[in-house]
Amino acid sequence: MLKESIKMSWSNITHNKVRSFLTVLGVVIGVSSIIALITIVQGATGSITSQISSLGADKITIQAVGTRLKQGLSEADLKQLAQVKLVGGVSPTVSGIATLVKDSHVETGVSVQGKNETYFKKETDIMAIGRGINILDVNDKNQVAVLGSDLVKDFFFGINPLGQKILINGNTFTIVGVLKASSSTIAGSTNKLAMIPYTTAMKTLEIGYIKSVDVYMSDSSKSVAITNDLTTVLNTAFNYYKDSFNVINMQNIINMIGNITGMMALLLAGIASISLLVGGIGIMNMMLVSVTERTTEIGLRKALGAEPAQIQLQFLIESIFISLFGGILGLLLGILIALAASILMNFTFILTTWTVLLAVGFAAVVGIIFGLAPARKASRLNPIDALRHV
Amino acid sequence: MSEILNMQNIVKCYYLDAEEFTVLKEVSLKVYEGEFVSILGPSGSGKSTLMNIIGCLDVPTVGKYVLADHDVADLDEIELARIRNKLIGFVFQSFQLLPRLNALENVELPMIYARVAPEERKKRAEEILERVGLRERMKNYPNQLSGGQQQRVAIARAVVTEPAILLADEPTGSLDQKTGKQIMELFEDLNAEGRTIIMITHDQDIAGHAKRIVNILDGRLSEGV
Repeated sequence: MLKESIKMSWSNITHNKVRSFLTVLGVVIGVSSIIALITIVQGATGSITSQISSLGADKITIQAVGTRLKQGLSEADLKQLAQVKLVGGVSPTVSGIATLVKDSHVETGVSVQGKNETYFKKETDIMAIGRGINILDVNDKNQVAVLGSDLVKDFFFGINPLGQKILINGNTFTIVGVLKASSSTIAGSTNKLAMIPYTTAMKTLEIGYIKSVDVYMSDSSKSVAITNDLTTVLNTAFNYYKDSFNVINMQNIINMIGNITGMMALLLAGIASISLLVGGIGIMNMMLVSVTERTTEIGLRKALGAEPAQIQLQFLIESIFISLFGGILGLLLGILIALAASILMNFTFILTTWTVLLAVGFAAVVGIIFGLAPARKASRLNPIDALRHV
Repeated sequence: MSEILNMQNIVKCYYLDAEEFTVLKEVSLKVYEGEFVSILGPSGSGKSTLMNIIGCLDVPTVGKYVLADHDVADLDEIELARIRNKLIGFVFQSFQLLPRLNALENVELPMIYARVAPEERKKRAEEILERVGLRERMKNYPNQLSGGQQQRVAIARAVVTEPAILLADEPTGSLDQKTGKQIMELFEDLNAEGRTIIMITHDQDIAGHAKRIVNILDGRLSEGV
């Protein structure tokens, strides 16, 4: 019985090729726009969060504004922070602007960052040649520098920079390493930076306090607890002075972005589903026309003994067929659009199972909902009137 | 011979704009197994309404109707559908074949609703098409068949379920005289094989092919020519 209904439905769909195609098109547009939008938003979210993760999802950043009396963190505070539970290391950044001189070559306004050994231990894969800053450099306030790749090009073009001397604000530094060229991220590029031990930086650049510290977590799943513990230490350090510091947890930011883009995906899918609704109305329209056209056929089938439920099933199968077919075509088209967008906009293409299920399920539901009214109309036709209909 | 159809005091009324029209007025009719009965009447006599009630497409307003031991006067839509499928074989004036099915598939149609297995369906349809002389035409579509051939397919479809009654409504109305005569001969043959036939017509000559003629005029029946 079901097999015959499917066969009949297929024959009816293929008989009115143009009409069926146009009806299917409505569903295709609806489903493909939902799939494309969701996939694009997911892909874009993925690339944003992976960029943020690359800044350090295992890291909590402390920005210390300080108070009027104490304008940042001291080295003693740093030791306190390092002793917080589940902290795997702290890396301060002392930033300043300096003038670099090598022979007759002078560059002013160069960013100089004071770092410690932890930074070079935790951030693997940043050195091009030479070594990073080690614990002796920090303890002894050695005048050594690690340069960014652009600075090396400016000062030592064609020369091996290792072991060369350069003046930073009039003090002689020995170059011990060169950083890898990096593409610029949200945090900026390291290519035009000079890195020196933070202890040396505080002396040379005459900076009294540490304004920025990266805290490395040994277990980033406990980020909330660690953040709380750090906050306690910082509150003690600044005597509970209001707004004296910020604790920025990358994981929180990633979660927040995830929430925002998730909401955006829902919103866009909601708008796209309006077009699916229009597609559903198209199905209903076509099915109503089909019922009217086939009134005598319905009458005959009833005369031959078709029960109302059997007539209803046949028309329902037809509308589900059309919408499922549209759903599958729309899914493929949507994937293609999202794939093209991912290549053009340079993000990773992610297709989740639930996106596929959503599209196909949505299409089937549309077919049932918008096919039900015409199918019921067909099943309720009076066979006498239907047979008389010409 | 056993009684296959028994109508007692059937009344059928229609309401149009609160006005009552009585189309059938206390109609009583008995048909026995193996009979070939013509119901003869002009248009407007109520013969279509009578046919609809005999064919279980409609129910009487008042009266008792027993068809092959089934009391069908107050059945619901689903039960009527099953009765039609099992007990009635319809032949219409305009054949009513489905254009997108071939002759064989058209004949199989009522067996689909009777839930006959596909192989069995095909076998029985082939046998019956052979019986009506369309052995070579089974795979043809209705538009590839002549009017007479189409009506033969329709007759094959009507008898394939072995119904209690073969109910024909002006079966020759769309055919030329010669083809009409051949169809009537087919009816006579089927009757000779033992099938009960009720034929509704307005044509005296066509009605003459039946063994028994019942006249209908203004909603009342009378026997004889």
